[in-house]
Amino acid sequence: MTTQTTAIPAAGHEAAIEIVNLNKWYGTFHVLRDIDLVVSRGERIVIAGPSGSGKSTLIRCINRLEEHQAGKIIVDGTELTHDLKNIDKVRSEVGMVFQHFNLFPHLTILENCTLAPIWVRKIPKREAEETAMHFLTKVKIPEQAHKYPGQLSGGQQQRVAIARSLCMRPRIMLFDEPTSALDPEMIKEVLDTMIELAEDGMTMLCVTHEMGFAQAVAHRVIFMDQGQIVEQNTPKEFFNNPRSERTKLFLSQILGH
Amino acid sequence: MSETHSETVAYVRETMLPPEPPPLAESGAIKWLRENLFSGPLNIALTFVGLGIVWLILSTVGPWLSHSVWNAGSMAECRQIIAETWGQGASGACFALIKHRWNQFMFGFYPQVLYWRPVLAFGLLFLALAPVLFSESAKARRIVLGLSMVLTFVIAALLGAPVAALLGMAVLMLAWAALIETRPQWSLLASLVYPFIAVWLLWGGSLWSEAMVLAGFGLGFAVWRVLAARFGLLAFALAVVVAAAWWLLLSGPLASALAGVLPLRLRPVSSDQFGGFVLSITIGVAGIALSLPLGVILALARRSDLPVIKLLAVMFIEFIRGVPLITLLFVASLLLNYFLPPGTNFDIILRVIIMVTLFAAAYMAEVIRGGLAALPKGQYEAADALGLDYWKAQRLIILPQALKISIPGIVSTFIGMFKDTTLVVFVGLFDPLKAMADTIRASFEWKGAYWEPYIFVGAIFFILCFGMSRYSMYLERRLKRDHR
Repeated sequence: MTTQTTAIPAAGHEAAIEIVNLNKWYGTFHVLRDIDLVVSRGERIVIAGPSGSGKSTLIRCINRLEEHQAGKIIVDGTELTHDLKNIDKVRSEVGMVFQHFNLFPHLTILENCTLAPIWVRKIPKREAEETAMHFLTKVKIPEQAHKYPGQLSGGQQQRVAIARSLCMRPRIMLFDEPTSALDPEMIKEVLDTMIELAEDGMTMLCVTHEMGFAQAVAHRVIFMDQGQIVEQNTPKEFFNNPRSERTKLFLSQILGH
Repeated sequence: MSETHSETVAYVRETMLPPEPPPLAESGAIKWLRENLFSGPLNIALTFVGLGIVWLILSTVGPWLSHSVWNAGSMAECRQIIAETWGQGASGACFALIKHRWNQFMFGFYPQVLYWRPVLAFGLLFLALAPVLFSESAKARRIVLGLSMVLTFVIAALLGAPVAALLGMAVLMLAWAALIETRPQWSLLASLVYPFIAVWLLWGGSLWSEAMVLAGFGLGFAVWRVLAARFGLLAFALAVVVAAAWWLLLSGPLASALAGVLPLRLRPVSSDQFGGFVLSITIGVAGIALSLPLGVILALARRSDLPVIKLLAVMFIEFIRGVPLITLLFVASLLLNYFLPPGTNFDIILRVIIMVTLFAAAYMAEVIRGGLAALPKGQYEAADALGLDYWKAQRLIILPQALKISIPGIVSTFIGMFKDTTLVVFVGLFDPLKAMADTIRASFEWKGAYWEPYIFVGAIFFILCFGMSRYSMYLERRLKRDHR
């Protein structure tokens, strides 16, 4: 089962992310085991797997919200080490969307979107606000700009979170189960936003259980279990012709009804 | 309706029901009485017992208060008036004492002709605070500004401030208020300068010595600002060294040289002339202003990932919290002199302020740590993911939220600390509650007064503390972001 194929370059040629032999432990628990993954620029990857399989941990390692103990992660040519400068550089290039949105409740929507550009990128306030309004329009909620996050629905908040990340003009976007905390009626509006983003050619890594989204958007689906990459393939092959028994079981469980 | 439901399985609602007001029995005073006071035999009994207790208190205190005497020269005269008016054996309060000696409760032994200086310092405090405390509401800010300016001026005039002082005061306050209203950013700088003005007004002496201390801070800040980008933490150390060198070597001679050119002097008042509420408010305000930033730093240090910093913070907080405040005050008044080089005369009020600040900061740190711990981890992660470094994340994301959560606890600590300033009586300072009351009772005229001083001082403490408490509730309402 450990036939870890090297990445299938699906789009572009440059490597946006290069992960070599990544290992991570929580105490004595081995969460990530020998992960090798190359993500090309413009590539869209969906990571699926049962809970506890390490898929969230994997993408959280990419912007160093989690520290890895062995192996190498190179993002956009910058290797993640203990060097704080490198970490800040990678973080300002990589956008992240969380399961629970994590908007800043004490700031307005507009301030949420302009905070990092102003304080990290040192962009003048007016320009940052223009950019923010551009992306808020793109996620279709410009009229909410002066409200506070607590006044918005879950789906709206998640779209703001996406806009907030985009305001930093990231080269790579990470999505950590972006629709798992949403009501069914709101999942679609968030997925639509993500699909639009995909159409613009953004490099995306997305942990999700939305298999329809994976089929529509992903270049590659990665299936993880017990901290390892068990299978990866194009969505078409992955869903129609899964090879590993574990994948077949997983797919039968989530697509079975 | 329910019948139609049972008859047919398929059902489509065509009109939505509008909400209706609740039935009358669910509201009104009668319902409140019945539910809260007379809901059962036990509650009815408790209601009557409660009424009985209220009656008992009123029937004892009521006559005593209603027999109050406000005009008398001494306790004996006062008692005589009560006996004449209400009959032998009648009890009555003798508030003539307050009318006679209120100035000592307020100012201690501060020279009477200089009463306007503490009044002005207190009035300016509100000018310094208004842009910070009422930044969200221009209306509230203007009311506070106007009231404090008018009251300060009127009270200072009534207390016999010289005309030149009144004029200067009016110009200063109007200019400052204009600055607050037109250039709010600059007025914050003025707020930073306020402590030095207040110290000068309270203790007097040459303005230049305060100005030189302030210049030291400015110099240190400038050094840090210029070098911070290149040297980081080293720049901070360098700034401290430069400022310290300035204070130790240059500021003294420079201050006297400048005083020779332009003597800006007020009559000096020494610390042992301070007393009453001037003393309490001086220590309280200084302690409040200093303990909040120190508490924030301690709270962050205690949550730090760096073991040494965390250990130092834990040791400091646990030590200070484990020791009664009076112990620290004794350290301030007695022990500190042993550790300082002989001949250094370190002002007693300054020493007490330092100790009170350290004490309050330890409590403050724990209150703020509670606020920090209450923030969801996602806030830290979102700040990290956006590339904000530690200090920016703390300043822009974490602390604004954590401090907001901690407002009730922070204000409780402030109030507690302000009331604790009465403990300075144990190191020989004249606090309003014990030392001043005892001093006045020791006089020939007012021997035998007991309750009156405590009631008066207690009432003033209550007004000040209640004011702080109401402000904190106002602030909480203002900062509410959940459903507005």
